[in-house]
Amino acid sequence: MNIKFKQLSSEALDHGTEPKNLIRGIDISNLRSSQDLSLEDESVSMVVKDLSLYYSNKQALKGISLKIPKKRVTAFIGPSGCGKSTLLRCFNRMNDLVDNCRVEGEILRDGVNVNSKSIDVTQLRRKVGMVFQKPNPFPKTIYENVAYGLRIQGMKKRRVIDEKVEWALKGAALWDEVKDRLHESALGLSGGQQQRLVIARTIAVEPEVLLLDEPASALDPISTLKIEELINRLKDRFTIVIVTHNMQQAARVSDYTAFMYLGELIEFGNTNTIFTNPSKKQTEDYITGRYG
Amino acid sequence: MDLDNSGYSAHISQNFNEDLQKLKSEILEMGGLVEKQVANAVEALTEGDTALADRVRELEFEVNEFEIKLDEECTRILALRQPAASDLRMVISVSKTITDLERIGDESNKIAKLAIALVDEGGAPRGLVQTRHIGNLVRVMVQQALNAFARFDVHEAVQVVQEDKSVDLEYESAMRQLVTYMMEDPRSISRVLKVVWALRALERIGDHAMNIAEQLIYVVKGKDIRHRKLDQIKAQVLDTD
Repeated sequence: MNIKFKQLSSEALDHGTEPKNLIRGIDISNLRSSQDLSLEDESVSMVVKDLSLYYSNKQALKGISLKIPKKRVTAFIGPSGCGKSTLLRCFNRMNDLVDNCRVEGEILRDGVNVNSKSIDVTQLRRKVGMVFQKPNPFPKTIYENVAYGLRIQGMKKRRVIDEKVEWALKGAALWDEVKDRLHESALGLSGGQQQRLVIARTIAVEPEVLLLDEPASALDPISTLKIEELINRLKDRFTIVIVTHNMQQAARVSDYTAFMYLGELIEFGNTNTIFTNPSKKQTEDYITGRYG
Repeated sequence: MDLDNSGYSAHISQNFNEDLQKLKSEILEMGGLVEKQVANAVEALTEGDTALADRVRELEFEVNEFEIKLDEECTRILALRQPAASDLRMVISVSKTITDLERIGDESNKIAKLAIALVDEGGAPRGLVQTRHIGNLVRVMVQQALNAFARFDVHEAVQVVQEDKSVDLEYESAMRQLVTYMMEDPRSISRVLKVVWALRALERIGDHAMNIAEQLIYVVKGKDIRHRKLDQIKAQVLDTD
């Protein structure tokens, strides 16, 4: 609690003449953490340029432009139907599966437009993994769920796959709970465990980006906290983009927050700023629970 | 995002609206009591009115009750509603303002006690003019800080911050005069000291009023302007309107 307040006031302190991380000789750099993140300083994972998306004649995304910072957690929040899941699904072209869906504009990953015809979508989805709202494990054993993606990639050696499965399950904070029952059906796991299994399956193939679409909304509070803790641990390795209805969750897990409304990006910035002092009225109204 | 005064009727949750409105009206009620304490304490001291001093001390209990009740209310809102943005700033600031108001009450109480002691010792020999003057300045500061809170008026809050500087100056010059007087007439030291302490209490009340004004600026503007220079504050707060 104490540290939290220091964080909040640290901005006020650095206006004196003292060097940035020293207040009266005390190093406060470890207290500043995410408070001082700034979009300009981040290296970029993906760039969205003037992206519009139509379902038949209905425009679902209206000229969205933003940069997804690398190895950070970016959250999309907004009321139902504002287009946040649609935007998320653009990053690995899940919208290809929707009939009559048309995309304009660009999403650049390493300078290459994700939407171009020449892109190998399977390869793209290997690099940009996705986890959905409802856990969807394959009706196979726990072990096979994680090993599946590795086998498809052409990995054959039993020992290598074993190691990788263990690594992924540990990464998803599930190993201790399932190590004695790896060869039992994944469907016997609880909802929270299944969701972490799906995350393990996704990170096993070592993607660069993890897209999480409401990863905790079907889970109980304890499982939710475990998923949040997991996101926190995974952000050192992956760029994470999360869509959530739960604003407190966005506030807790993300470094940056984008607020969307009716297909438009209203505000995008440091999560702390968005949740303590947003600059747009619509954002303020949404996060404080007022009518828009 | 600036906060305006209409903000507490638009939440989807009607209960949350009521909670915040109640919080605001109760802190103003508490402020009203404290303001009365300050005015009475100053008058009790300058007029040697012990009955008035007693009344200040009686109010202290009510103010303390308010402090406990409002603190509990803030904790409850934080726990149940997890407020964000301007709502969060409001609850946090109210919680800090409560402390400042309670301290103002304490300082007034101190002045009332000194007033009673002085009457017992035959009245203050010097310094009453200064006490009345500074007391007036400080009382107006408290009043302005509360008005600013009631109307979410940033301009008035900045005035309070500005006013604190002149109170500090007046306090210093009064101190110098009283020190000189004590050197001239050592027999009066014990009584003059009581006036000095009362002045010190008034100066502290001014500081607390300034804290309240600073909190209000944080509520409305989302900017933490504590420990800044006055021109910096003005540039930050007033130019962005």
